[in-house]
Parts: sequence; structure tokens; C-alpha cells
Amino acid sequence: MKETLLSNCERDFLLQAIAEKKRLDGRQTYDYRKMKITFGTDYGCCFVDLGKTRVMAQVSCELVAPKESRPNEGIMFFNIELSPMASPTFEQGRQSELSVKLNRQLERCLRNSKCIDTESLCVVSGEKVWKIRVDVHVLNHDGNLMDVASIAAITALCHFRRPDVSIQGDEVTVVSPKEKWDERYPSSDHVFFLSFCRTYLLVDPCEREERVMDGLLMIAMNKHREICSIQSSGGIMLLKEQVMRCSKIASVKVSEITELLIKALENDKKARKEGGRCGFAESMPQERITALKFEETSVEMTDVAERASDVVQGAEAPPLMVPSPVVPVPGVGQVGLGLQNTWGLEEEDDDEEEEAEECANRGEEGEEKVTKMEVERHKKDASREGQFT
Amino acid sequence: MSSALRDRTGEVLLPGDEFSFDTDDTISLTGPVKPEKVVCGPGLRRSGDRLLVCKSGVLRHKPPNMFWMDSQQRRYVPAKGETIIGIVTVKSGDVFKVDFGGSEQASLSYLAFEGATKRNRPNVQVGDLVFSQFLLANQDMEPELVCVDSSGRANGMGVFGGGGLLFTVSLGLVRRLLTPHSEILSDLKQLFPCELVMGMNGRLWVKSCSLQQTLVISNLLQSCDTMTAQQRRELFRRVAQGAL
Repeated sequence: MKETLLSNCERDFLLQAIAEKKRLDGRQTYDYRKMKITFGTDYGCCFVDLGKTRVMAQVSCELVAPKESRPNEGIMFFNIELSPMASPTFEQGRQSELSVKLNRQLERCLRNSKCIDTESLCVVSGEKVWKIRVDVHVLNHDGNLMDVASIAAITALCHFRRPDVSIQGDEVTVVSPKEKWDERYPSSDHVFFLSFCRTYLLVDPCEREERVMDGLLMIAMNKHREICSIQSSGGIMLLKEQVMRCSKIASVKVSEITELLIKALENDKKARKEGGRCGFAESMPQERITALKFEETSVEMTDVAERASDVVQGAEAPPLMVPSPVVPVPGVGQVGLGLQNTWGLEEEDDDEEEEAEECANRGEEGEEKVTKMEVERHKKDASREGQFT
Repeated sequence: MSSALRDRTGEVLLPGDEFSFDTDDTISLTGPVKPEKVVCGPGLRRSGDRLLVCKSGVLRHKPPNMFWMDSQQRRYVPAKGETIIGIVTVKSGDVFKVDFGGSEQASLSYLAFEGATKRNRPNVQVGDLVFSQFLLANQDMEPELVCVDSSGRANGMGVFGGGGLLFTVSLGLVRRLLTPHSEILSDLKQLFPCELVMGMNGRLWVKSCSLQQTLVISNLLQSCDTMTAQQRRELFRRVAQGAL
């Protein structure tokens, strides 16, 4: 299905919001959405959620003959599947431009960065090596697929347990995967999506923001703050300082995400050791609505408050004088109840005030009575005006 | 049968539940007998002498004799007479193609605007939002839209929208907003002044005094889809306190 056209109204609104540094769901410009990592019952299966974008990665392995040119190294194979489940614009079976781009980027980032030591995948040199296959399935597309796919691939690789192999002469026996931890803990790589709209930089765009963006900068960095790959697409011209700034942002995010990843792996390991049930089914909340649900987002309310205070400030300043206490009975005083008018000037000023109110002219002067009532009246005026728009 | 239906009003029913004439429905032999008429709305279907439920949801009743299933979905199926928000995708000759979120695009003739003649064409660009109603909405034919009512007046329909935000919600929420004395709308009115256009295809367009308020309102409406009335009032109250 072809993508539905983005209306002019939405495009203008999004660009204007970005210019004012506001995002649709209340995030700051450099904020990530809420990330959640869960594991399946098998080793090597993991689900990663980033806001509404959802991706599943599965790692599997088999013994094969190695490549002719590299008899000592194992083989790694990556595959990203974009199915129509993720978005109506993805077609089954057809290699779209996006899927080619994602596949290339994932391969380049994970293979060339040598996050897995392929030499240790060798079993019998020249004859049998491990072929590790990482399949990434996109379950829901709400922007920033590259990031989530790379995090899912890395997490699945960390979670995976390779079966033990014992060699006796010419025989190679494979024992089922045990507790042996995969020694080469892949130094976590993360790809970061930084999108540019005109001259504004956004991190982690959601789907609508992606459609409005001009260009894209992807930085793959590991936790030792080494850049593994940078790719810029969309034809935007970037200055050196901008690229430096982006890499600094990326390094901050890498440490956060690596922490989250390690914590998730620890939790899962603990759960398995205790013999508790683990897996995808356990991570789903019971008896809760899971569709059409909105996560609690903190939407900034500060500007809205400013308008109200602007209204109040636009009014005349209240008098600094404190109304003098009324003493009905010796020993008892009454201050500022609002019932007693302590000003000497009476009726004619009252009428003036009524007129001023009816014209909804806050700027006109009127005699002020008590501070509180003044503020209330202005609020009432503002809300009345609001109702007429 | 209408008594059986009335008994189960407000219950959750699933597709496959049926209503049939009970054998011990008594008909008086002496007095005049009026044939009882039951009007079936969406989600109920007659097959033979049985009434079948074909959508899961809550059974609703409007006196004197109208029954329908109130169900929740996000996918819009066009129906004649409903007003929707569409996006103009193609402008070709005399006809605009409008995308409204359905399985195919609807056609909108350039003459179907108020005051449009062959010489005086309406000012519609690709990517504009139009508020229009369905003239023809069959499952076998391409849907047709018009921006005038039967007497030739616009009645609020036509091209709109500069400066607002368009977003999608479920169809049930839009129907709730469109009821005559909608609670959600009255709660919203007390928060911020805003302009709201509701399309029955699940699209809402909102515009308020400032960008921030527009974002707040759109987030509020999207999140009160699955909230009970109590939770929603609580949320609105928190927002109101935060604002003022």
C-alpha cells in the first residue's frame, strides 16, 4: 500500500513545533522514548520496545563449512525482516529501499566493528565453523527502526548461548547449550539516529517526525566511546562542530542504553537461575488494556501558565495598601473580608467599574477594592473572552 | 423478541449470539395485535427469523425500537451521510482524489463546493484538509464525497486547517465526542479555548491559541480513549491545576 500523503497542515505544524523545540509527545529534543527489553524463553530471543516501535531478534547457530578464503573464521549472517504487520506501507516479499538500507547498515555496524570475535567460532579449521544467524523482525513501525534493530541484535547476541562442542578424532558432537556464558561479550554497539529538519536536530524521531525530516545522521558507537561507523544521508550539509556535537550526544546515550541492557540481562539471568518462569508471556501484564493505550507522557505546561500570568500582569497593579482592620467589638478585628469597602469614594466609582467590566477592557482603570477580587475578575474576563473565540 | 433484546441491553455480546422468537411468547387473542418492529443498527443482522450479532460489543437501545452494537475499532468503513476529514492526494481535471483512511480513495468533484461553477473553481491544493460527507458509500463502488448538503449550502464543510494539528483516535471516541451532551467536550471546554473538527473516520483536528496548548489538547484526547469517566476527570483536573 502506498504511504498516505502527509497533509500540509501536519507538516507545517510539525516544523513549527520543532522550531519551538517542542515535540508531539512532550519530549525534549534530545530525549529518547521509553525503552523496554524483554527476553523470550529460548536463549537468544529478545524483544525491544521503544515507545510504540517494537522489534524482535532471534539468534540461532549451526555448524557449516567455512568460506574458502577464511578457513579459520566463523560466519555471521544478519537479516532484517519488514513485514506488513509493522506498517501497511511494507509489502511482503518485496525488497524495498528501506529494508536494503537497514540491512546494509546493520551488517556494516556489527560485522566491521568486530564485536564478535569470529576466530573463536572456529571448531575444526577448514572444515567446521559456527554460522551465527541473527534475524530481526520488525513488529511495529513508529519511527527509528535502525536504533531498535541494532539494540535488539546486540542484546540477542549477548543473551545467546552457544552449544558446547566436543571433538574426538574426526567426530564432532554437539552438546545442548549449557550455562557456559559466551566468552566474547560483544562490546555493545549502538546506532543512533539523529535526524535533521532544516537546521534543527532531533534524536529518536517518531514516524511522523521522520516523514518531515530532511536528512539523517547515523552514528554507531560502542561503550568505550569509539565510533564504529557514521553514515549521513539525505544530502544535508553538516559542519564539523555539528558532527562533534552529535557524537557527544551519542556517547551520552550509549552509556545509558548499555546500562539498561546489562540490567535487563542480569534480571533475566537471575530469573532463570531461581527457576522462576521467564519469557515473553510472563512479561505481558495480566488483565490490562494493551491496545489503544497511551503511556503517561509529561507534557510541558509552563508556557500555558505564562499566558495566564500575562493576563494578570496586563491588568492594573493592585494597591499596595492593606485594608485597615474593622473593629466591630473591642478585642475582635476583621481584616480584608471583602465585604466592607474601606475606600471613601463610593457609588459613582462602582458604576465606572461595572462598565469597564462589561466592555472587557482590562486596561481601563477602575478603583480597585481588594487584591483577591481583582485577580478573580481578570481571570473571569480572560475565560469569558476565551469562550467567545 | 424485543423484550429479549431489551433485557440484554447493556450486556457484552459476542458474534454468534442470537435472538429468536420464543415459543412461549404469548399473543393475546382478544385485543388488537400490533406487529412488533425492531430496527437493527450496525452490528446486528437478520437471517431468516433470527437476529444475529455480528460484532462484539455492548448492546444499546434507543426507545422506541432501535437496537445496535456499540463496538470499538480504528479502521473506518465508509457509510453514507457521515462527515469525515480527508486529505486531498491527487488533483486531476475535474475530480479530486481524497484519502480518508479507508481501503480506497474517494472522489470529490470540484463542483461539489458551495458557489463553485465551471468558471469559478474552488481553491484546493494537494495536501489540503477537507471536511466533507459521503454521498455514495457502497462496498462495491468507489466512494464519493461532497462538500455541500442537499440544498447546496456548505454548512461548515469545505477546505480548512492552517496552523492546527491532525491526529487519529479510535472511532468510538469520535462517536462519544459527537453525542449531543458529550461529557468529554464539556470537560474540555473548561480547560482551554480551542477549535475542534471531528471526522467520523477517526481523525481530529485541533487548533488552540498557542502551539503548546494544541499539543496538550491532542495528547489529552488521544489518552482519554481508554479511560473511565472518573480517570478522565481526574486527568483534566490535574492539567487545569498545572496550567493555572
